[in-house]
Amino acid sequence: MMDTLGFLLHGFEVALQPVNLMWAFIGCLLGTAIGVLPGIGPALTVAMLLPVTAKVEPTSALIMFCGVYYGAMFGGSTTSILMNTPGESASMMTTLEGNRMAKNGRAGPALATAAIGSFVAGTIATVLLTLFAPLVADFGLKFGPAEFFSLMVLAFVTVSAVLGASMLRGMTSLAVGLAIGLVGMDNISGVARYTLGVPEFVDGIEFVLVAVGLFAVSESLYTVLYQSGEGDSSVNRMGSTWMSAEDWKRSWPAWLRGTAIGFPFGSVPAGGAEIPTFLSYTTERKLTRHPKDFSTEGGPGAIEGVAGPEAANNATATGAMVPLLTLGIPTSATAAILIAAFQNYNLQPGPMLFLDNAPLVWGLIASLYIGNVMLLILNLPLVGVWARLLSVPKPQLYAGILVFATIGVFSMRQSWFDLLLMYVIGVAGVIMRRFDFPVAPVIIGMILGPMSEKQLRNALAIAQGDWLVFFKQPIAATIMGLTFLVLFVPIFLRRRGVRLSEDD
Amino acid sequence: MRKLISSLFAAGLLAAGLAATPVLAQTLKVMVPANAGGGYDGTGRILGKALIETGAFKTAIYENKAGAGGTLGLAQFANANKGDPNALLVMGAIMVTGVIQANPQLSLANVTPIARLITEYNVIVVRKESPIKDMKGLIAELKKDPGNVKWAGGSKGSTDHIGIVAIGRDAGIDSNKINYIPFAGGGEVVSALLGGHVTAATGGYAEMLKYIQSGQMRALAITSPKRLAGLNMPTLVEQGVNVEISNWRGVYGAPGLTPEQRKKLTDQVVAATKTKTWQAALKENIWTPSVITGDEYSRFVDDEHSRLRAMLVKAGLF
Repeated sequence: MMDTLGFLLHGFEVALQPVNLMWAFIGCLLGTAIGVLPGIGPALTVAMLLPVTAKVEPTSALIMFCGVYYGAMFGGSTTSILMNTPGESASMMTTLEGNRMAKNGRAGPALATAAIGSFVAGTIATVLLTLFAPLVADFGLKFGPAEFFSLMVLAFVTVSAVLGASMLRGMTSLAVGLAIGLVGMDNISGVARYTLGVPEFVDGIEFVLVAVGLFAVSESLYTVLYQSGEGDSSVNRMGSTWMSAEDWKRSWPAWLRGTAIGFPFGSVPAGGAEIPTFLSYTTERKLTRHPKDFSTEGGPGAIEGVAGPEAANNATATGAMVPLLTLGIPTSATAAILIAAFQNYNLQPGPMLFLDNAPLVWGLIASLYIGNVMLLILNLPLVGVWARLLSVPKPQLYAGILVFATIGVFSMRQSWFDLLLMYVIGVAGVIMRRFDFPVAPVIIGMILGPMSEKQLRNALAIAQGDWLVFFKQPIAATIMGLTFLVLFVPIFLRRRGVRLSEDD
Repeated sequence: MRKLISSLFAAGLLAAGLAATPVLAQTLKVMVPANAGGGYDGTGRILGKALIETGAFKTAIYENKAGAGGTLGLAQFANANKGDPNALLVMGAIMVTGVIQANPQLSLANVTPIARLITEYNVIVVRKESPIKDMKGLIAELKKDPGNVKWAGGSKGSTDHIGIVAIGRDAGIDSNKINYIPFAGGGEVVSALLGGHVTAATGGYAEMLKYIQSGQMRALAITSPKRLAGLNMPTLVEQGVNVEISNWRGVYGAPGLTPEQRKKLTDQVVAATKTKTWQAALKENIWTPSVITGDEYSRFVDDEHSRLRAMLVKAGLF
């Protein structure tokens, strides 16, 4: 333990050199900027920056890349909250409550809780990384296909929290999402499914495209079609830009819970950043004392629904460093490109890295602390500026959002077909809104469907067709047990006449 | 305030506009049809680096699109880069089997052959905790209960898969008894093996090298016909398993290149294989150089198509 501390102190010495501070700042700034643009993810940015590894010394470059990674995770929340446009799958849950809050004049607190939550989660997760990286890495490896599938089942069961007031409508949306997720080539056998002979469909339908179509485009069109006549609403309402005492009280437990959910997920190889945000949202939805605030209930937006997923999102990003540094296994596209950066310096991430290049590893870990502080300093003053964006009159604002969405989707692969598809989905979204179908379950179905199919098939192959595998392996069985609790305990309690706070 | 906001918007649009046209003249675009960290990925990134070293390009952008034997990446490459002389698709034997199996609407006929680059041999590995010490032990397990030996490797019908089925046949095990678990990329195979979810795994030597060196994995055999120079690892043949698994990799260009554009890109790639970067990578990853270009390369890919198709049929996979 003393060794760890000594190494870390030395790491700070490295990371606090002015030149490295500058790289961390550049990374965070760039990351935040690209996080704001839909369609450009941190993976692409880091990949584009890789050539700097030829000029800059390893520690500095890696510190900058981590800044980009963190900044992007963070920047995604800004567009989610302000424009109802999730730039990446991990910030989808933030749009649900965040954008509703912004519409009700509370963009400031929503952005602030996202910024501070990311900071809190990032810092706690970095502490966990410092202390327990090797331990956590071994645990993460225990997750095979059976364990992953159990997690997906849990996610599916808890997803009801986003289904909205009508279960039937919510399930319909989820089914639509699952169907969209089936389009394209099957990941295991390579058979093309439901492509209707359209070559563009062979590689599946991009998540960002559907999200932008369903959230940003459909909302803009909906506003034009059905709300343009309302006199007073030409400008969004503006409220305080700062968090109230009540906001703080409701945010901090959500931050901690989000971190607790996000960090372990990040450290599991191939875990992904989406499921922890789903689980964090549903946890907050279940535990809240203010169920009426949630957008799924038609409320003004609940701050814990922003705080939790944002914290989970950032904790996952830090958690992903665990298998990356200790085992050399990337858990996300960005982490994979970070490995390529290591390789450009002839460094091999893995257990040997901690032994052979201790100053670099600990410098990197120290820079994660610094990056978190830097992001907070960078973003808190911006909250006020961003929030003002909503004071643009609605016609201009929505026109701007449409332009923004169009450019973002086109930049993904320069395809006119994608644009057409985005607007078709946008129109479909308008119809869904008109008839009160929630749009979030579509995205969730689209993400979870293909993932769970693949894990189920691999799990059954490994277990030689034994469906009981999900109850025989301890971790999978525990998760399945948890799923049954979530499913049946409320019913049981209700039968016994006990009322849960959210149901009264 | 209004002014500030409009300039913010303008800045956003400008940035998005720049991102929309990332192909400035001197930027190479490399499509890697597998997850980062795998064999295709290493080949693509090192080739990109070597091309920059020759001065043909200033920078390179890499895109990873995994799944379905690489045909997902192939489709995206063919759709996004029509007529672009600065785009390369990394491919190889795995892509050919992927195309045979998936029969995708966009196949290798839609893109432009440039060059075969290297040939690589597989290794058969187990994790360090495994009781299995050599191929003999693994084959004994396989004979005892074929279903209980779980093999991890690349997608269904890949050279990995074909090789494992061939090992099974050599041991007298029917191909439909072999329990092969396909994964989308090298990283997933590694975590499945290290986590003890599968019995053994196969993959390119370069992919597994670092785990073998760090002691997390034990190599049972290399799948080359003879021992490789500088590598103290027994072959399958030495251990009584009469199977060879080799995997070549090459590059294709965008659809619709003119003959001039094709020649220029081919020359650039061949020049890159002469750089120090490339030569060092050959040595480090134990890749056997096997450069062929032009019509010879097209014919080779056609032959591979027939050969691998026959193997797939024989193995009962197609």
